[in-house]
Amino acid sequence: MSQGRWVGRDVLRVDGLEKVTGAARYLADVKLPRMLYAQVVRSPHPHARVREVDVSRALSVAGVRAVATGRDFPFHVGIYLKDQTVFATDRVRFVGDPVAAVAAESPEAAREAAALVRVEYEPLPALFDVRQGILPDAPLVHPDLGKYQVVPWITPQAGTNICNHLKVRKGDYHAALKTAAHVVENTFVVPQVQHVPMEVHGSAARMDLSGKLEVLTSAQSPFTVRHLLCACFGLSHGDVRVMVPQVGGGFGGKAGINLEPIVTALAMRVPGRWVRLVLTRAEEFYAAVVRQGLVATLTTGVDRSGKVVAQRMHYLWDCGAYGGYGVNVVRAAGYTCGGAYEFPNVWGDSIGVYTNRPVGSAYRGFGMQEIHWALEQQMDMVAHEIGEDPIAFRLKNCLGPGKRTVTGQLLDEHSGRVDQCIQRVAQAFSEPLATRPGRLRGRGLACAVKAPAMPNDAASSVLLKFCEDGVLEVLVSGIDYGQGLRTVAAQFAAEALNLPIEQVRVRNLPDTDLSPYDWQTVASRQTWATGNAILRAAEKCKAQLFETASQVLGAPVERLALRDGQVVDTGGAGRVPITRLVMGYQFPDGHVIGGPVAAAAHHVPEGLLFLDPQTSQSAKPVAKWTFGAQGVEISVDPDTGHIQVDRVVACYDVGQVVNQGLILGQTYGGVVQGLGTGLMEELKLDLLTGKAQNANLVDYKIPTALDVPAALEASFVETPQKDGPMGARGIGEHTMIPTPAALANALYAACGIRIQEMPLTAEKVRAALREKRAKG
Amino acid sequence: MAIPIRVKVNGQVEALEVAPDESLLSMLRERLDLTGAKEGCNEGECGACVVLLDGKAVNACLVLAAEADGHEVTTIEGLGRPGALHPLQKAFLAHQAVQCGFCTPGMIMTALSLLLENPAPTEEEVRTAISGNLCRCTGYRQILDAVQAAAQEMRAGAQGRRP
Ligand code: FES
Ligand code: FES
Repeated sequence: MSQGRWVGRDVLRVDGLEKVTGAARYLADVKLPRMLYAQVVRSPHPHARVREVDVSRALSVAGVRAVATGRDFPFHVGIYLKDQTVFATDRVRFVGDPVAAVAAESPEAAREAAALVRVEYEPLPALFDVRQGILPDAPLVHPDLGKYQVVPWITPQAGTNICNHLKVRKGDYHAALKTAAHVVENTFVVPQVQHVPMEVHGSAARMDLSGKLEVLTSAQSPFTVRHLLCACFGLSHGDVRVMVPQVGGGFGGKAGINLEPIVTALAMRVPGRWVRLVLTRAEEFYAAVVRQGLVATLTTGVDRSGKVVAQRMHYLWDCGAYGGYGVNVVRAAGYTCGGAYEFPNVWGDSIGVYTNRPVGSAYRGFGMQEIHWALEQQMDMVAHEIGEDPIAFRLKNCLGPGKRTVTGQLLDEHSGRVDQCIQRVAQAFSEPLATRPGRLRGRGLACAVKAPAMPNDAASSVLLKFCEDGVLEVLVSGIDYGQGLRTVAAQFAAEALNLPIEQVRVRNLPDTDLSPYDWQTVASRQTWATGNAILRAAEKCKAQLFETASQVLGAPVERLALRDGQVVDTGGAGRVPITRLVMGYQFPDGHVIGGPVAAAAHHVPEGLLFLDPQTSQSAKPVAKWTFGAQGVEISVDPDTGHIQVDRVVACYDVGQVVNQGLILGQTYGGVVQGLGTGLMEELKLDLLTGKAQNANLVDYKIPTALDVPAALEASFVETPQKDGPMGARGIGEHTMIPTPAALANALYAACGIRIQEMPLTAEKVRAALREKRAKG
Repeated sequence: MAIPIRVKVNGQVEALEVAPDESLLSMLRERLDLTGAKEGCNEGECGACVVLLDGKAVNACLVLAAEADGHEVTTIEGLGRPGALHPLQKAFLAHQAVQCGFCTPGMIMTALSLLLENPAPTEEEVRTAISGNLCRCTGYRQILDAVQAAAQEMRAGAQGRRP
């Protein structure tokens, strides 16, 4: 591992102190003067026409200051596809769909008034299954689909429930399949799940009497929120200010735009007053966005040597009621449809389908955990079918330098090495697995790959400026909701300017009025994008310092170096502390040269190219790939079906470890979140009423400290990323991608049962074991 | 109908008039601006709101403010200060046991309550003690390590103070 003075080390979190002392302020901790409380009126029907909304009784409740409905705000919103309105206008599409909202002086008054909003519904047939949603006679969730605004690279199909369809065609799949010695076809299912950030969604807004809008929101993307709010309400970017306090987790659920339009609509009704909406935990489960469901069917054709010659992937995504953001998950899953493998002949379809379920959106991994659930089980199943070891089979077919992805992109020696990750995990498993009385034990492995899914112009920018005492302020607008961006930003800045890290302050509670532009904190892109921008800005600061110092020391710029807060002439002409330079240097006679040292810089991905609209072939569809592999060891209780995870071994090619402690945190956190979706998580709907059945933390279980495997091991391969800051690439999402598939493979190894529908609950395992025994 | 109470919060006596259905969590956050304890569910299911009531961890969202009358409450704000952090706070920093930080105050208070009762817990005991404190970010591994490290430091500290 290469180590700099700061980069590559275990630098402690720069925002840790405020978090362990209770000083950190999250949205609900911020006192807003004379704040009104908002309550949303939500649809109790999964699908219905809205006949009438009568707010007269709600308005008569004491303390109510405003009620807003779809009639008042029929404006469309959505990041890629504008298929949603601030409040439902003519129809509701899921249980929880906002129909109106109330702002009142107390939460009690808001609740009372919301209950008094009378909505007349005419129920419509509801759609809960994507397999039905694509049938020609399926009820249409969005009859107006053809009229919505959409970015050019998303392809909704008017007159159907399909909100996006990406086709990948590489080589000649059909011809190649005919040559295959073995053909294996399987279907896999992933349910909708919830992000469950410990801090629920919350937003507040105030429109002042001059018409300027301020929004305070628990969000991953202040600039995108501003941009989309302006588009939605017809406001100027100059009149909208979005600020983000500390954020208590997001995992993709706070990306794009969420509650902000609702509080904005209310705020417009009561100029001068802050209006705040904080969801209840129950609302967080079904009314906030969820992860999309997936039905995946894979067909694999293998030749006699064990090489895959033909691969078909058919992904049906359950986008839920609205696909504004989810359509891009569909797209990303399309151009990554083959996972970590080289398939010469590919027929891929990634299709987003509307249903009357909660709204699908981004979730850590952006579709990758879901498709890997299918791909990585399929690899094991094919290997078993042809009698080959699953690890050897993977190594024979995996991507690497000189190989081509499903879009035809040629990988080179900088692209990362999944083969090395597989081998590391295999090494950790070289000893035979010890038996345990009364338990069935097994090991499984799965690979992972993910690229950032973002528009080709997704930018991050930063501003570096010095204080009078030589402290360097680093302004970044990515959101640090725990992943450690602030710390990593400090490390890059301190490294580039050779400063003690204590002398760097990362200013990061983004405010669109004052902070440099950043597209969104998603896609594991911050370390890479913001890191690059910081290194560039630091070079500019250095040039300013050197220009002044060169005149002070009478030494050429080329001879100067930065050392611990001093500019030093390596040729021996002396040194000058940067504290004498950062505001300009004053000579003994009083004259000044230079001035305050500051620089801005940006990062935009280089040379990205659109996909071919018919085949999705593209030489560079994405900026980078991060590969990895995980292995798990489990013990199954044959009586209860309970799976205990004893050991997880994770290995990723991250290009360059930037912070040892933080990357372990990302790995452990992702793995355990992956254990959650793999073993226990599913947002369950009552298929008669469309209501969530487990919208609380007791019925919807997420992992607790008791679920942490006894052994959690992480290691990293470091194949430097060419355009990465000091070689680094993203890792935040990747750590939860392969975990469920590795568990399913281990389950098969332990007891010969294969469960293709996530999660692997004890109930399912018990039933499968019973069935297996019955078959003898 | 307001209920007058006297409650010692972080060493300071507060005389307050609280509502009969007001939770201790709401009292701390809204009346005293002690926002370290978080609301993650308001139903006793997440542990984000844990504070000490007479030295014992409670979910402040489930305790009525009126019940705290005559008792002593300790919140994260009453623990340590920069330069004089509590061993748990130090250990959470040193072990990178904090990510988004939303669960952190509750987690630390639960751990404190455990260590006051059981200065040398096994890992299993720590896991069980904090199993009502949900954390979605860290995967708990570094938290478990931090609690053990803090326990050790607190034991060493206690021994050091003995004559
Ligand atoms: S807020 Fe009290 S337990 Fe969740
Ligand atoms: S650090 Fe985010 S919930 Fe624990």
